[in-house]
Amino acid sequence: MSILIYTESEEGKLKKSAFELASYAKDLAKQTGNTVTAIAINTEDTSSLGNYGVDKVLKVKDEKLNSFNARTYADVIQQAAKQEGAKIVIIGSTTNDKYLAPLLAVQLEAGYASNAVALPESTEPFRIKRTAFSNKAFNTTEINTDIKLIGLAKNSFGLKENQSNAVEEDFLPSLNDTDFSIKPESVDKTTGKITIADAEIVVSGGRGLKGPENWGMIEELASVLGAATACSKPVSDMGWRPHDEHVGQTGKPVASNLYIAVGISGAIQHLAGINASKVKVVINNDPEAPFFKAADYGVVGDAFEVVPALIEKLKAFKAQNS
Amino acid sequence: MKILVCISHVPDTTSKINFTDNDTKFDTNGVQFVINPNDEFGLTRAMWFKEKQGASVTVVNVGGPETEPTLRKALAIGADEAIRVNAQPTDGFFVASQLAKVVQEGGYDLVIAGRESIDYNGGMVPGMLAALTGANFVNTCIGLEVEGNDATVIREIDGGKETVKCALPLIIGGQKGLVEESDLRIPNMRGIMMARQKKLNVLEAGETNSRTSAAKFEKPAPKGDVKLVSPDNLDELIDLLHNEAKVI
Ligand SMILES: Cc1cc2nc3c(=O)[nH]c(=O)nc-3n(C[C@H](O)[C@H](O)[C@H](O)COP(=O)(O)OP(=O)(O)OC[C@H]3O[C@@H](n4cnc5c(N)ncnc54)[C@H](O)[C@@H]3O)c2cc1C
Ligand SMILES: Nc1ncnc2c1ncn2[C@@H]1O[C@H](COP(=O)(O)O)[C@@H](O)[C@H]1O
Repeated sequence: MSILIYTESEEGKLKKSAFELASYAKDLAKQTGNTVTAIAINTEDTSSLGNYGVDKVLKVKDEKLNSFNARTYADVIQQAAKQEGAKIVIIGSTTNDKYLAPLLAVQLEAGYASNAVALPESTEPFRIKRTAFSNKAFNTTEINTDIKLIGLAKNSFGLKENQSNAVEEDFLPSLNDTDFSIKPESVDKTTGKITIADAEIVVSGGRGLKGPENWGMIEELASVLGAATACSKPVSDMGWRPHDEHVGQTGKPVASNLYIAVGISGAIQHLAGINASKVKVVINNDPEAPFFKAADYGVVGDAFEVVPALIEKLKAFKAQNS
Repeated sequence: MKILVCISHVPDTTSKINFTDNDTKFDTNGVQFVINPNDEFGLTRAMWFKEKQGASVTVVNVGGPETEPTLRKALAIGADEAIRVNAQPTDGFFVASQLAKVVQEGGYDLVIAGRESIDYNGGMVPGMLAALTGANFVNTCIGLEVEGNDATVIREIDGGKETVKCALPLIIGGQKGLVEESDLRIPNMRGIMMARQKKLNVLEAGETNSRTSAAKFEKPAPKGDVKLVSPDNLDELIDLLHNEAKVI
């Protein structure tokens, strides 16, 4: 039997999260004596999945699936799961993954554990740890159905190389016209910009930056680090920065390797959304700012002095290390 | 247009999270409950449809009697009536199944739910509800217009937004952007008085099984102390990030 993973791609290229899913699935497959099958929709090159333990890739090619549609995609994955007899289906935590997962769960009659952060603690009963209460706690969920659907939280497992011989097979799902009842009109996307969802590093600014005119240094710091930019809620509420940069409990979640917070006090609602980040650096001129309690590294100082100095030093560091 | 707004009753965002009964239950002691923030944005958008397009707005919660103050608050904000399905929600599928019955019996054109609730962060109820009822579904919704039977919906995607069109009935998973923070309403005295006269119907739960159960809870391990670096010694910070944390 096999474990099925849905590997998301963008413009025909696999997303990095696909390799994390593969790594995770491979470990679980070893534990349970399974193989790993990936389903990839309109993805050109899937050969690299073999580096992360995937045994078989079901490749779907269909123009009708060029733009993402949660219902059709869920339907395709469901058909693949049936064909493979998969009892465990794993998907990631991108916006699209989270959109289609509940639809898929109903189709598969599967119990669904979202935001899973570890391999199942046991498979009989099937118990898996996930985050709850906006990262303020973990919850071990027991899935009681025959088929299990796991939504793996980003950056919670990491990459693990595992050479295997990923056999490619064409997969021809039967598409149902009623599945296309939602018609895409337009997409408005900043190209070339690193998104918070994909970023390894996120540089975030708060009200301590005083005004939108001061974001130049935040953008520069981000660009030196190859990072995405983010902000606290009041900053987006006041229109200093676009809404899609708002992170926190009511904004976007951040699960990057490094989160740098500049002029952000560290309110509980802010921390709830960024706590899943591995390493947190805080730059704040108030040593009493609550963020210091949640941070790994801190600089007590004026952002308007610290950030420009840090940019210079990072540039020198990058020049030396490249 | 008949609108149903799903209201999840959750601990206030500043709540301290603790567990009881051997870490199997959330400790509600001293916790203040509120309308799930994502649902509050949705409810406010529903008020706009009510005031500008003459829609009727019903709010619904699947929960015990303890959630009624939260439903009353939604009535005080302006919903016309409320429904409480009398059951302790055991998992997302259970809630979605209960709501599916309400949606089918009530013949709603538009169901507004939240992208996720901030307690269990399941992010599954609206999608499952759509799968169970066959309605169209758009998640992470940040903009919604309805003309007759047609909806134009904007959803957030990674790195931007997408606009889609579809017919009613429609279910959305909403979030901030549906309305702005400054559009949110605090119930006033008149609203609170009027809410007392409005109907809050209690329905008996239908039969459904849960597919998952919460076995136990735990809190993250306490964090070590922050390492402070002097602003005059930023090389040390870079060194720590490079050699110790290995993130740059
Ligand atoms: C229901 C609800 C949901 C919420 N959801 C979110 C959410 O998702 N995300 C979110 O971010 N917030 C959220 N909030 C708001 C949150 O409570 C805080 O108000 C917010 O995070 C504060 O933003 P801030 O840190 O940028 O601003 P402030 O709290 O004003 O902090 C500014 C910080 O900048 C520092 N500073 C000032 N000048 C300088 C300088 N020159 N150099 C360095 N530092 C300086 C100050 O010491 C201070 O610590 C929510 C609130 C509620 C009620
Ligand atoms: N018990 C409930 N009663 C009514 N609506 C709910 C309930 N639980 C969740 N919802 C709705 O579903 C959304 C997503 O919740 P969840 O899937 O639990 O993250 C919430 O924002 C609510 O709109």
